[in-house]
Amino acid sequence: MGKAVAIIGTGQTKHGRRNDVSYPELVREAVKAALEDAGLTPKDIEGVVSGTMPSMMEGISDTHLYFADAICEVGKPVLKVETCGSTGQSIAHCGFYWVASGAADIVLVVGSEKMFEGDGQATMSTVADPWFLKPFSAGAPGVFTMQAMEWMHRFNIPEDKAREAAALISLTNHDNALNNPFAHIKITMTIEDAKNAFIITYPVRLLDVCPTSDGACAVIFASEEKAKKICKKPAWIKGVGFRGEEYFLGESNKSIWPSATEAAKHAYEQAGIKNPLKELDVAEVYNPFTYQEMIFYECFGFCPRGEGPDYVLKGTFTMKGELPCDPSGGVLCTNPIGASGLIRLAEAALQVTGKAGARQIDGAKLALSHAMGGIDQFNGVTIVGADL
Amino acid sequence: MTKEYETIINTITLPYRWALGPAWTRFFDGLKEEKIYGTRCRKCKKIFVPARSFCPDCFEDLDEWSDVSQEGTLRSWTLVKKSHYGQVRRPPYALGLIHLDGTDCDFIHFIGGIDLSDLKKVREKIKAGTRVKAVWNKEKNANIHDISYFKPLK
Repeated sequence: MGKAVAIIGTGQTKHGRRNDVSYPELVREAVKAALEDAGLTPKDIEGVVSGTMPSMMEGISDTHLYFADAICEVGKPVLKVETCGSTGQSIAHCGFYWVASGAADIVLVVGSEKMFEGDGQATMSTVADPWFLKPFSAGAPGVFTMQAMEWMHRFNIPEDKAREAAALISLTNHDNALNNPFAHIKITMTIEDAKNAFIITYPVRLLDVCPTSDGACAVIFASEEKAKKICKKPAWIKGVGFRGEEYFLGESNKSIWPSATEAAKHAYEQAGIKNPLKELDVAEVYNPFTYQEMIFYECFGFCPRGEGPDYVLKGTFTMKGELPCDPSGGVLCTNPIGASGLIRLAEAALQVTGKAGARQIDGAKLALSHAMGGIDQFNGVTIVGADL
Repeated sequence: MTKEYETIINTITLPYRWALGPAWTRFFDGLKEEKIYGTRCRKCKKIFVPARSFCPDCFEDLDEWSDVSQEGTLRSWTLVKKSHYGQVRRPPYALGLIHLDGTDCDFIHFIGGIDLSDLKKVREKIKAGTRVKAVWNKEKNANIHDISYFKPLK
């Protein structure tokens, strides 16, 4: 894994519809918060990594020109990384590798999206070619719903049981978001609301689906020496894993999702985790779709294959459960895409440093963060811990 | 109330001319003749549809062409109810992951030929595991819509 690396500061914007600020102002809000959290000034930053969903989403394709001043990049080495929804984990890994290599001591990582400025679903359909894949897109939900249907079929999961579990996941996340000052969607809802909501792509309904959000997140990575000097309570990077998959949808079995499974396995090996359900204290799973969240639980070894709904229904992943997932309310309640994966990491870091406020899991010492991107193509996982 | 600041509206329209290369060109030419072509890897023996010029698993050149079955099994499906900018069809429409007989991957296309307005009926006709068959458009343009949809077989 290279040299030890810690997170010494995180910052998030208030996520939601942010017509009150320009895009660079929004990005700066997160960067400023992260610098303040770490007690640093822009001069202390040695390198900058940033990314959004593919820049088609911004409508201004050189985001590094647009954000130059907001991400403190002037006079510094700069990297840009884009992997759709997993951008947040990709840029985090980039920052991690930069410091772990010993080439820099302090690196700023920034992810952002301002989705109310464009047409999110239409833009997402441009991630694929227009002759094979795009004609059959139904925004993001079409692909993810077919994945969920395949999963139910292959594991003989009764549709009613999956529906019940998905509704509980929706309720859990929406309840959790009420405790998160940064969250976008803050509503009080019931299981029945989730089950009767408008159908987007059958059987996925409105409350099974994430919103589009404006928001940004910044995370500062530091070497062991600097972290110990600057930060009272750093969050240490314990493991990173990332995997990609092939071009055509339909070539791998997404019900057992190889990239999600292998990315987690790789991160667990580095972190020395053998039984994630027992050893992890909290997880921030990238969960734009309730049904898909259950597939992640299985890929990450939180429960056996095909038993995601059973574990959900017995409350395993609620705030009081054995492994609380997404105390922040997750992507289901807040989704500025290019920031979402980095928000998962920032939230995990807040948890293991005891700074998560009303959404804190008592005594959390080891946390998983994750993001998924593309047409079911990418998965990235980062494990953080309270101890080096 | 906080002041609502100004926004600026601008639309970007950009033309592209994408090259399909020899394999995808031949695949689309095949559709015009009501044939579905796959290519087979000599190393891993897998047949990929749509046809392509190199194996995604082995990275080998693919030059063995196969006129594959037009019937297959539905691996998964969904009924799309929500509309958004740029959609080819107006909802409701059904999408399926189709595994054509004798091939080694699934591919995505429309499921049709049935009444899609009633969800109950749709669920009776379309299930993972349902057998389906390609239905061709009368008008051919050497593109993916030369196949109109895949129809569930009873």
